[in-house]
Amino acid sequence: MGSYWESVLIFLGINTVLALSLYLPISAGQLSLGHGGFMAIGAYVTVICTTWLGWPLPAGLAVGGLVAALAGALVGFPALRIRGIYLIILTMGFGEIVRIFFLNFEPTGQASGIGGIKHLTTLPLVTLVAALMLACLMRFRGSRIGRALRAVQEDEVAAEAMGVNLTRVKVTAFALGALGAGLGGGLYAHHALFIDPAQFGFFRSAEIFLIVVLGGVGSYWGPVVGAAVVTLLPELLRFVQEWRMTVFGTLLVLCAVLRPAGLLSPRRRAAA
Amino acid sequence: MLQVARLAKRFGGYQALTDVDLAVEPGSVHAVIGPNGAGKTTLFNVITGVLPPTAGSVALEGRDITGWRADRVTHAGIARTFQQVRLFRGMNALENVMVGRHTRTRGGFGAALVRPLGGRYRERGEEAETRRRARELLELVGLGRRAGTWAGDLTLVEQRRLEVARALASDPRLLLLDEPAGGMTPVEVEDLNQLIRKIRESGVTVVLVEHHVRLVMRVSDVVTVLDAGRVIATGPPDRVRRDPRVIAAYLGREA
Repeated sequence: MGSYWESVLIFLGINTVLALSLYLPISAGQLSLGHGGFMAIGAYVTVICTTWLGWPLPAGLAVGGLVAALAGALVGFPALRIRGIYLIILTMGFGEIVRIFFLNFEPTGQASGIGGIKHLTTLPLVTLVAALMLACLMRFRGSRIGRALRAVQEDEVAAEAMGVNLTRVKVTAFALGALGAGLGGGLYAHHALFIDPAQFGFFRSAEIFLIVVLGGVGSYWGPVVGAAVVTLLPELLRFVQEWRMTVFGTLLVLCAVLRPAGLLSPRRRAAA
Repeated sequence: MLQVARLAKRFGGYQALTDVDLAVEPGSVHAVIGPNGAGKTTLFNVITGVLPPTAGSVALEGRDITGWRADRVTHAGIARTFQQVRLFRGMNALENVMVGRHTRTRGGFGAALVRPLGGRYRERGEEAETRRRARELLELVGLGRRAGTWAGDLTLVEQRRLEVARALASDPRLLLLDEPAGGMTPVEVEDLNQLIRKIRESGVTVVLVEHHVRLVMRVSDVVTVLDAGRVIATGPPDRVRRDPRVIAAYLGREA
């Protein structure tokens, strides 16, 4: 396999990790447009561990993921009382706060970022992390907590009347989602080899969101399919040269028109 | 069983409930009736923690549960159905009832990861018990054959029955039914009458809010009448039916 395609596949794996991490809070009815912020926290913390402290990547990823999860729990609490468009605005605000924090934080190089990161993210490692996350989501489905998550997504009032502790379920889902985004950020940093705040802005959050929505939120395979389309399609469209992103955008609009509930939408949802 | 004392609820300038007293005897069927806007559903919402009370107290078996969050009220032993059906529409009937077992089961994200592989065919212990109990409850409410149907695809009457099964899944000691007969034909109301009797025989105390006067008169031991947020009468159905204040407020308009 050429290094070009290997690199593309690593990006595919990273995008899958990020999309799966957003899928969990979305499956509890919490839309987030701030996942780039958690990704940034994971990326910076992991890089500090590996590049400055000389730790191996897995240890760095663990710390980066945990710090991101902590931030997720902190954002999760104020996010409890609000939903829909207001939650999106709150998470967008969080993403911006993180970006601007790193833009002004001197130890991490402010706007000039951190360079000289070792290339430690390999295709097998990315595949492993993505597969583990997918396996976790599969295990949640059909379990007591998985049913509670779906119930919360369907109707919070009824779920609470069934004895589901909304605070605990929603904050945990949000924190676990942030953990996944942190892992994705750490993996990303050790493949991009250079990070600066601009890479984790609103556009990144929107891209992760797009991947999940494009794939469909009805099943955990949706984010995987979405990541494949968003990562591979622009590469496959290189033959149209400078029209590439125009054609890509047109295809996304077509998807939205023809499959409004996502590429993997269950039929009954589309009919409802 | 349930002691509601001087309960009041105010929404801004609107007094929805004023000094409501309600004493539900263990093992009884207690109906709360009243014209539209009398505050019946508000009363349910305050008892179950969906809304906080402005004043007064709610106690279940001597334990003060005033202002408790809805999930804690369910843990304490009160289950309810909703007037505007609130099922999990994207889940099937069986799954809806299984969610109702939430308070009687344990296990979060970690437990989900370590449970045995192989899906529902290799379930053991609690999860198998949850599924078995959910099927039993579906049979009880006459939905045994609809287990795999999406809740949103059931008829309104089936949805109301599913709400009853889902509420019973928490093994409540007190069941609150909010207009369970809404939209039912006379034959279906008779089925509901039988169902409520069966629930009572199983040892669950029932409080129901209902518009259907004939069902209320047949099934309940005690009737409390609300009008404009106040209790205007309470007692056995026959006596309440003859109470002139009740006739004026409510039954008079129906008859």
